[in-house]
Amino acid sequence: MAYDKFDVLTSTAYPLPTENVDTDQIIPARFLKATERKDFDINFFRDWRFNQDGTPKVDFPLNKEIYAGSQILVGGRNFGSGSSREHAAWSVYDFGLRCVISSAFADIFKNNCLNVGVLPVQVSAEFADTLFAAIMADPKTEIKVDLPNQIVTLVATGESESFVINTYKKDNMLNGFDDIDYLKNIENEITDFAKTRPF
Amino acid sequence: MAKTLFDKVWDSHVVRSVKDGPDVFFIDRHFIHEVTSPVAFLGLESRGNSVVYPARTFATADHNTPTINQHLPVEDPLSANQLDALERNSAKHGISHWGLGDVNNGIVHVVGPENGITLPGATIVCGDSHTSTHGAFGAIAFGIGTSEVEMVLSTQCIMQPKPKKMRINVNGKLGLGVTAKDVALYIIAKQTTSGATGYFVEYAGDVFEDMTMEGRMTVCNLSIEMGARGGMIAPDNKTFEYLKGRAQTPKGADWDKAMQYWETLYTEEGAEFDVEFNYEASDIEPMITYGTNPGMGMGVTKSIPLAENVEGGVATYKKSLGYMSFNEGDSMIGKEIDFVFLGSCTNGRIEDFRAFCSIVEGRKKADNVTAWLVPGSHKVVDQIQAEGLDKIITDAGFVLREPGCSACLAMNDDKIPSGKLSVSTSNRNFEGRQGPGSRTLLASPLVAAASAVEGVVTDPRTLLTA
Repeated sequence: MAYDKFDVLTSTAYPLPTENVDTDQIIPARFLKATERKDFDINFFRDWRFNQDGTPKVDFPLNKEIYAGSQILVGGRNFGSGSSREHAAWSVYDFGLRCVISSAFADIFKNNCLNVGVLPVQVSAEFADTLFAAIMADPKTEIKVDLPNQIVTLVATGESESFVINTYKKDNMLNGFDDIDYLKNIENEITDFAKTRPF
Repeated sequence: MAKTLFDKVWDSHVVRSVKDGPDVFFIDRHFIHEVTSPVAFLGLESRGNSVVYPARTFATADHNTPTINQHLPVEDPLSANQLDALERNSAKHGISHWGLGDVNNGIVHVVGPENGITLPGATIVCGDSHTSTHGAFGAIAFGIGTSEVEMVLSTQCIMQPKPKKMRINVNGKLGLGVTAKDVALYIIAKQTTSGATGYFVEYAGDVFEDMTMEGRMTVCNLSIEMGARGGMIAPDNKTFEYLKGRAQTPKGADWDKAMQYWETLYTEEGAEFDVEFNYEASDIEPMITYGTNPGMGMGVTKSIPLAENVEGGVATYKKSLGYMSFNEGDSMIGKEIDFVFLGSCTNGRIEDFRAFCSIVEGRKKADNVTAWLVPGSHKVVDQIQAEGLDKIITDAGFVLREPGCSACLAMNDDKIPSGKLSVSTSNRNFEGRQGPGSRTLLASPLVAAASAVEGVVTDPRTLLTA
């Protein structure tokens, strides 16, 4: 599925310092019954955003007006653990987020994000703490995520850290390409390879 | 250079390596189910692509299916729509489909091995994180997202960086009442819920060699719960005995040829791992979880750790115990429970039902407990009946349901009500996993059975005789 190109993003951020946020929280299983990819923002963090009667939980960061419109989420360590449901990454994207920053991501969630146009940025635990502290001190503080130079910066203070992404995935994100474009281009090579498989 | 089992299988499936990027990784076997495949088919069709190797993909309905009255139309229109989509997409693209009521239907990670689709040395993926189950056969198997499901359908490849390698050795003999599930929960408690992130695990040592194929599947299944991409065990005679004669395993000369290859699938002496851990079987007791991730587990006789003794953030730990309505220092033994769930791709196989029956035979379900016993497949149901376990189950006051994922993820109607406490043989105790507000204690079928008859969390060793 095509997505918008990612280049440099400067935005305020939602803080969610809880660790080990699993994909069942990001999108509970009972909301995975669609056969089309649309409107997954509605149930994004459903049970953390809403009470069982449907009223919003006002203290939850994603519900706070002060952060509204942020395109970045700064999450606690081991963000996105558990289920492989890509619906979790879709819900992040559909909620208007283009980047998740954390000191550690679960593997499948990270892959899924990269495949749908959400940039996962892994930073040191210390830098994650710096970002959380800055957001707590000033909810309107801005974070700049520079993909071409692979640097994330706290705009107000200039504190920054570089992040890792392989060249292939970086090019994909910068150009809005995906893996199927690549794989279809080497179809003959795959066909030849398939003939060598014993089963 | 000496190679690991993982290297042998991975390297033989690399079509090409992208410079400073992932490997183009060929997939031998692809399982699909109704929840994570519909959008992949939409993507495939919107690009004008077709399914390149339909015989390499296998569809089964499991996540969203009812576990009673499967002969009737599915009531929930959204679930019915997903099940229809799976059937329609499979038919359109020439993919084998085991829908509701099919004799081969069941949980994807139960029916794959049962039908001999899972083979040593194969690469296996599915849009489900517990695909790691199939590693029990010496396959490289892991969960993927829906974009990757579309990649496999349209190209039979995905693009994956090669994970790092971890070996976990458990040596010695397991004690009475200690099962494969306990071994896995013990390892996960040691590793934490994220300790193996970035790694592919090989399990080795006496304990895994002595384990049945069902037990090995339980262990590999839970690899993802410590963050690992997957887990695998070298195939041996037990593996080959399990596979021989199953519906889709190679036959005759093809079997002999396959065996020649499979016998090369082991880690060579001196092969290097990025990291290695050693545990002792005698240190493992029946396990139970007390928090909201599978790493929050302990021996069933232990007390919930104090926050100051736990790795990671105190706020997260306290939030977790708060959700569970537990306190630091609480003992789990004797806590009153409301539900018991036996089933899932982790513990929904025949051996799990045998274990459950070994305790409930001649006893009665406690009145305060609602129990859902959900076999992993129709073949498991058949075997339960053939062995007379159904009678033991009924006599003890339990009811056997029809196969499916059921209350493991509670997509269907099998939802644990808010606030209720369940001892579950499934794989995740996340907040609300088994229904909004539900509270889950992960444990083995023996702990589940003992708790079901006592009505409180119970050490199964008190009900077992050596």
